[in-house]
Formats: sequence, structure tokens, C-alpha cells
Amino acid sequence: MSMNLEREKAMLPGTPLTSMKSASLSKILFAGTVISMLVSLYFIFIFAAEESTMHAAQKIFYFHVSSAWLAFMAFFVTFVFSILFLIKRKRIFDTYAYVSAEIGVVFTIIVLTTGPIWARSAWNTWWVWEPRLITTLILFFIYIAYIMIRQMDGVWDKKARLSAVFGIIGFADVPIVFFAIRWWQTKFHPIVFGDGPSQQGGGIESSMLVALLVTIAAFTILYAYLLQKGVSFEKMKFKVEQYKEKLREELEK
Amino acid sequence: MIEIKKLTKQADNKLILRGVDLSIKKGETVAILGPNGAGKSTLLKVLATLIKPSSGLIKINGLDLKKNHLEIKKLLGYLPHSSLLYDHYSPLENLVFFGNIYGVDDVEQRAIKLVKEVGLSFFLNEPVKNFSRGMIQRIAIARAIIHDPEILLLDEPHTGLDQGAISILNNVILSMKEKGATTLMVTHDFKQAAEICDRIIIVKNGKIVDDFKIENRNLGFVSEKYELQVEGVS
Amino acid sequence: MNLFRTALILAKKDLYSELKTKQILTTQIIFAGLVIVVFSFAFDPANNTTKAVIPGVIWVIIVFAGILGLNRSFISEQRNETMQGLLVAPMEAASIYLGKFLANFAMMLVVELVSIPFLFLLFDFKFLGSVPYFILVVFLGSFGFIAIGTFLAALAANSKSSEMLLPLLLFPITTPILIGVVQATKIILTNVEKLSSAIAWIQLVTAYDVIFFVVCFLLIDYVLEV
Repeated sequence: MSMNLEREKAMLPGTPLTSMKSASLSKILFAGTVISMLVSLYFIFIFAAEESTMHAAQKIFYFHVSSAWLAFMAFFVTFVFSILFLIKRKRIFDTYAYVSAEIGVVFTIIVLTTGPIWARSAWNTWWVWEPRLITTLILFFIYIAYIMIRQMDGVWDKKARLSAVFGIIGFADVPIVFFAIRWWQTKFHPIVFGDGPSQQGGGIESSMLVALLVTIAAFTILYAYLLQKGVSFEKMKFKVEQYKEKLREELEK
Repeated sequence: MIEIKKLTKQADNKLILRGVDLSIKKGETVAILGPNGAGKSTLLKVLATLIKPSSGLIKINGLDLKKNHLEIKKLLGYLPHSSLLYDHYSPLENLVFFGNIYGVDDVEQRAIKLVKEVGLSFFLNEPVKNFSRGMIQRIAIARAIIHDPEILLLDEPHTGLDQGAISILNNVILSMKEKGATTLMVTHDFKQAAEICDRIIIVKNGKIVDDFKIENRNLGFVSEKYELQVEGVS
Repeated sequence: MNLFRTALILAKKDLYSELKTKQILTTQIIFAGLVIVVFSFAFDPANNTTKAVIPGVIWVIIVFAGILGLNRSFISEQRNETMQGLLVAPMEAASIYLGKFLANFAMMLVVELVSIPFLFLLFDFKFLGSVPYFILVVFLGSFGFIAIGTFLAALAANSKSSEMLLPLLLFPITTPILIGVVQATKIILTNVEKLSSAIAWIQLVTAYDVIFFVVCFLLIDYVLEV
């Protein structure tokens, strides 16, 4: 029994401390998300100038671009942690890669739903085969496939290894997909600000730009919160598994 | 020949091997006994480079398993439960293919000789898929020794074989032993273990619980030791 | 070079076993024929506008027939666990990948050699474009598709439902190739004057081929690791 206790300590070193820290971090991030979201709402709906032709419908633009930013960032994080995992083989890197990919997929869905709403009022059509849109769609499919690899049966390190490989390949593919599609379809190209399609030909009004940047910042904090929360969920799952296993060992004795 | 230090293997949360220390000298024939799920096959697979250990050190012939896996793979002959043979290929084609991969010289001659040795020269050009379990196992052992390995890793080689096939298999193992090969054999068959092995290792719960030499094919001694360790009879 | 030697032995083994059973190749060719027939229902061959879809049809055939072969290439090593036999043999993972790639690529070329002339024949397609460029495009496109396909087939083979998983992994990743080769084929077959833009597409596809062949080569160790 004493042996077991020792092993338990060895297996979960300093657990209470880290969980306390992560709990307070989660609280801080949550508060940060709420505040920054409220601020960004203020900037979007009150501070930013209303668009002359599209009126209120244009407001969705801020969420659309921010979600796209968040999704791309999430996939980039998955890419980085996939490489880290293959080098270091630490489970935590894999957890980060996975949670980040999940968040990325969710926000890609948001991008793909807000996009048509925007397109409807801006270009009078639900969907255009435009490079950024198709790239986002392909990106969505790639990371759905990534999550399907995670759903495979088998031990975690095999799944982690294979999905890390796919995470790297998938992300490396994205720029090539974008260029290929850009070459292919060069019809709609309202590149103004580099960040998103905007109706005004020459640029973006400064109040809108401020609102956009604030929203992007808010979404970045939201991402950090979601990532932290998701990782702590995964950790909890892992811990439950560990305790189950320990219990089973006890019973077998 | 084989040095294993503090070998552990963890799959998900389950520890399959919990610190195995083992040292096997050249030319020894070792039987690994133990109940189901004790980690015997895992140990063998780790040695065969089919499973990566979670921690621990393995040296074969003084070479580190992690770094020199290509050199080590040339020394190993591995025979698992499944035959590792291509169904629609004949024994000759199978052996020639694997011999070529290992870079054996005069591979065809050697393949024919081996097939003769396991007593199947009549079926040299028949596709393997029509063979019975015993015949497949005999070709499988020929496949495992096509490159004259210095270390033989056998996973329950005697299961499902009739008396004749068992004696052929034992002869092959013994002739390899005369050439100086080291053999590790996971088995449940105490009789065969006592027959051809000169050292017995008992594995339980991922640990080596007993390790002793036997002489004079003393079957009773092996069973006694096994019962003592595994069934807890004292 | 040991890497190429063992890769060639493996490729020879696969092709020879295909020669014996003729399972995959026959299936692929019959499948390609069926796709052509289905397309003839969908797009009336008598209609002149149909000519415009021919470049697309060529690649639909290659992609779908190719995926049949790719699916088998690693699954066939699961019977009697022959994959283990390859893994315990003294060969690099890259060598296994290269061998499988060569076998798949050779089979793909055979399928193309049979089905593309058949397609032109059935749709009564007057070939006006440049034949060498057409062959080059088909070659480069199949190279990239099979290179990444073999890699992902090795990855998907770990799953129990790998036949379903492979297309989901493969199609999004190969979009650049598919866009590139379809555009290039279209220009070469119907609009030879614009050859320079076809060459631009060929360059894109070549770049993709090189990048992904190298990436696959580097990462295959992790896929086939045990």
C-alpha cells in the first residue's frame, strides 16, 4: 500500500498547485473575454461608422473577420504543437494541438455561416467561388479529417502521432491551396485592407478599423480562454482514466 | 548478447512492462513463460523493434536498439503468431522476397534448402493460401531464419502443430542453436520449453519473477516453479 | 543504395503479386470504364459543349480509380500481418514508402494508358492539343496524387475503416494538384494558344509534387513507426 502511495505521488507531481494556478488563470481569461467582448460590441455597434450601402448588415463583417483570424491562428497553433509533439513526445503538446484544432473547426463553421450572410448583402449572392472562401472551405475539410483521425481506435500515442503528421501536412497545404485557387479564380477581389473583403473601394474607415482591431483582440482572448478550458477538460479526462486504471489495479490485487 | 535494463512499456494508462532487467548470453535458449496478459509477447515485440519501449535501455550485441536499428534488425529472426507470408505467393517466392530484402546471397538456393529442411519441398511452388496451419507455420519458421539470424524471437511457435511438425520445428531450433544462435521463445507449452531450452524466465504482471536454468529436460521442476510463482501455491 | 534496392524489391513484389491476382488493376480499369459510361449519361456525347468537360472527366477517372488502388496498397499488407514482416526487416520506413509509391504509380499509369484513349474514343474527342504536354501533365498530376495518396494510405491503414477515411484525408489535401492539372489539361486540350498559362500551372503542380514528396519522405518515419 505504501508503495502505491509513493507511486501516486510520483505520477502526479505537484498536481494541486498547478490546478490552483490553472483555475485562477481560467478565471482571469474568462473575465478578460467578457470585458473585451463587451468593449468590442460597443466599438462595433456604437463607435464604428455605419456602412453607407449595407447599413447594419455590415456589422457582421467584424465577427466574420475575427472568426477567420481566430480559426487561422488556431490551426497555426495546431501546426506548431504537432511539430513540438513529434520532437518531444509529450502528451501535453498533443492535447494543445487537438483542442486548438477543435476550436479552429468551430470558428471555421462560424466563418462559413457569417460569410454567406455578408456575401448576400454585399455581392447579392450567398456563395462565390472566391479564393478566400474556397480556402476556408478546404481548410474546414482538412481539419474535419484531422478530427476524424483523432476518433480512430487505438492507443493515444498512435493517434497523437498520426494526427500530428496530418496536422503538419494539412497546414503546409493551406498556402498552396490558397495560391492555386487565387490563380484559378480572379474574379472577385476586393482586397482593400488585406484582412477581409470590404465594399469601399479605397480602404476602410478609421473608426471601422479600430472596431475591427478591438474585435480581433477580443477574439484572441476568447481563443486563449477556450484553449485553456479545453486543455483542462482533456487533462481531467486523462486523470479520470488514470484513477480508473489505478482502481482496477487495486481490485486485481 | 541481449542486455535489457529497466524496460517499461505503457499503453494508454496501462503499464504492460514494469521494469524488466534481463541479460542473455550468446547461444542460450531461453523460454519465457507466464500467464496471459503478463507482457511476454510485448517483451518479444519490443526486442523485435515492433514496439517502442516507454523507457529503459536495450542493447543487442553491444548496439543500442534505438540508434542502430538497421544493423540490429539484420541479426533478428522474428516469428509471431501470424505467418507474415503473402497468401498468393508460393513458399519459394515468399522466401526469395524476404531473403532479397535482407540481402541474402544465393537466395534461391538457400530458400530451396530451407523448404526442404522443413519437409515441404513437394509444395515448393504451391500458393501458401492452400496450406494447412502446420505447413504455414513451418514455412513461417523458414522465413524467420532465411537470413541466418543470430537471435531468434519466437512467439508461441508450437501452438496448433501436430507431433511431426513440432519435431521438425524443434530440429530447426536446435540446429540454429548449434550454429551459435540465441533463441528467445514465448510459450505456454512447458513440455517443449523443457525439451529444448536451457533457461526459463517467468513473467508476471510485466515483471520477471523468476529466472533459472534447467538441466536434463526436467519438466516437473519447471511446472513446480511456475505454479509457485503464478498460482501462488507454496 | 540500400534505400532504393529494398524499395525496388518491394515494388517488384507488389507488381508481381498484382500480375498474379490481377485484382486491383482489373477493378480499377473496369471502374474507370464505368465512370466513363456514367458520364456519357450525364453529359450527352453528341452535344458539342460536352467537349468542355472532358479535362475534368479525365481527372475524375484518375482520382477515383487511383483511390481504389491506394486503399488496397497498405490494407493488403494486413493479411497475415506481412506489414510486421516488412517492419522487422532491415529497411528504412522511407524505403517502404518509396516501394509502395512506385508500385501504385506504375499501376496508375497503366490505368491511365487504357482509360484515357478509351474516353477519347467513346466521346469522339478530336485531339488538337499538344500530345507531349498532355502526357507531361498527366504524369506530373498522377505523380503528386499518388505520392501524397500513398502517404495518406499508410496513415489511414491504422484505422479500421480506412477505406472511408482515405478519401476524406486525400481530397482536401490534393485540391491544389486537382485545380492545377484540370486547368492545364483544359488549356492543352482545347486552347493551345494559351500554352504559357498552362506551363504556369504545370510549374505549380511540379512545385507541389516536389514539396509534398519531400515532406512525405521526411514524415513517413512517424507514420510507420511502431
